[in-house]
Amino acid sequence: MTDALAQKAGDPRGTLAGTADHSEGMSYLHSLPRRLVTLYLPLGLILVVLLFPFYWMALTSVKPDAQLLDMDTYSPFWTWSPTLKHITKLLFETEYPVWLWNTMLVATCATALSIFASVLAAYALVRLRFKGSTVAGGLIFLAYLVPPSILFIPLSTVVFQYGLFDTPFALILTYPTILIPFSTWLLMGYFKTIPFELEECALMDGASRWQILVKIILPLAVPGLISAFIFCFTLCWNEFIYALTFISTTSYKTVPVAIVTALVDGDVYRWGSLMAGAMIGSLPLVVLYAFFVEHYVSAMTGAVKE
Amino acid sequence: MSIAAPTAKPAREIREITAWDRLKVNKNWLGAWFMLPAAAFLILFLAYPLGLGVWLSFTDARLGRDGVFVGVENYIYLWEDSVFWLSVFNTILYTGVASIIKFAIGLYLALLLNENLPFKAIIRAIVLIPFIVPTVLSAIAFWWLFDPQFSIISWSLKQMGLITQNIDFLGDVWNARWSVIFANIWRGVPFVAITLLAGLQTVSPSLYEAATIDGASTWQRFRFITYPLLTPIIAVVMTFSVLFTFTDFQLIWVMTRGGPVNATHLMATLSYQRAIMSGYLGEGAAISTAMIPFLLAAIMVSWFGLQRRKWQQGGDND
Repeated sequence: MTDALAQKAGDPRGTLAGTADHSEGMSYLHSLPRRLVTLYLPLGLILVVLLFPFYWMALTSVKPDAQLLDMDTYSPFWTWSPTLKHITKLLFETEYPVWLWNTMLVATCATALSIFASVLAAYALVRLRFKGSTVAGGLIFLAYLVPPSILFIPLSTVVFQYGLFDTPFALILTYPTILIPFSTWLLMGYFKTIPFELEECALMDGASRWQILVKIILPLAVPGLISAFIFCFTLCWNEFIYALTFISTTSYKTVPVAIVTALVDGDVYRWGSLMAGAMIGSLPLVVLYAFFVEHYVSAMTGAVKE
Repeated sequence: MSIAAPTAKPAREIREITAWDRLKVNKNWLGAWFMLPAAAFLILFLAYPLGLGVWLSFTDARLGRDGVFVGVENYIYLWEDSVFWLSVFNTILYTGVASIIKFAIGLYLALLLNENLPFKAIIRAIVLIPFIVPTVLSAIAFWWLFDPQFSIISWSLKQMGLITQNIDFLGDVWNARWSVIFANIWRGVPFVAITLLAGLQTVSPSLYEAATIDGASTWQRFRFITYPLLTPIIAVVMTFSVLFTFTDFQLIWVMTRGGPVNATHLMATLSYQRAIMSGYLGEGAAISTAMIPFLLAAIMVSWFGLQRRKWQQGGDND
């Protein structure tokens, strides 16, 4: 048990990479034609379906208007005259940069707040083992299962009562309710893998609990913190229903809400700028994800397994 | 050196241990302070609104006006409201069909990805992209793909000679239902596949080798090794999947707003429409509250799934 935990601490992606190199075991039994039909063909098909909407999104955002709706003279699957018209229109003629900035601000603040609260809570639940810590842990898990779509109605009256309605604080303070349960649960898993002896040594040397947390636990839990950060940031960026309900001024809106409410007009040629907006709105997350894919996967699977 | 130490340094003055010193190392006292930020958020913005929501459902509150207690009037109204029952039907259909297909394709994709593949890491990263991209933004892409006039799907099918008319994806009752279910499956499969893949990779290959020597077929290896070992993680993944599908809002709101003729209204979108757009907070809250029993059922499944995992793997409760 201890060995397994120590191994996991050293290799945060152990869950995924751990047994990967053994899997060649019996694959020599399958011939290439057989693998082609049973493996590569279905896999390729699924990948095409999964990626086609993004291809279409990117293509639409650079197609000239004339080609967009005329599918008979031009092949709809490619364009030889890409244009940046939709993107420049989006960036310079709409409030899109403001929305992007709002989303960034709200996501960063809410994530920072949540990680702060979760680190403290997770440490207390795993290591202080205070009276009632098991119950508190269970309650936090239950909070994870309360979806925003049954909370937004009463929450809108609460936000109004607290005087936060139509300010960025409405989102910065409500998003942590989605993020804290998840990241606490995730960080608890990471903290459990840090050997208790380290902490005992520090206690013997006279360190306070706060010093132990800041100087010993946190440096060792950096992979877990990154996972939690990435996942929380993605969830914030993704959030829709609270942002739709609590914000009514266009210049305070976040990208997902603003695209749906402010960018959709009756124009038949709106698709170019809509798709450009959707693409640019997803780009920061995809870039972030590309850099931290292992952390992201371990956050996602860790939350399910712990 | 170590022997000389006590004499070289005069013994520190022994201080009386005060109540404050004891309190500073008291686990319960420290625990309370460490839990405070998280607890404050969750109580102010989660537990209190949850309770308030149930209370609101028993009042006739409107947007911007406090309501008075009206008992179960909202529920009686909903009981006789055919649109509400339609939304319940839609929600169950949407959740049921989407979850089953997500599970089937997700498990299949996980099994495929578990094979020995070139560029495995990159393929796995690509598979997850639909899950990363904000739902609303991919929903807009689907909205465009399902456009009644300029849909590329209709165009392709027409070119292949399979249909003569454009398909009205989001304008026809059943087409709209299948279209939003498809978009939901598209977004949900990566999550199911990647988490199940993580579970698959913990299954020891030696079990398959032993079974193959004993003459087990591919199906038997799946049925008697993979599936039983994967059951606990399937239970958890599917609980989350059901939970998030059941309470889905974004996809529907962007693609159809509940139309045509309420055919794709889920309980979440209906409650938004009634509470925020029409201003009947009490009625909307009653619809939200009606979702709670389903939610509890999902949580129970999740809880027992987790419990079973512990004894199956012989672990303790820590």
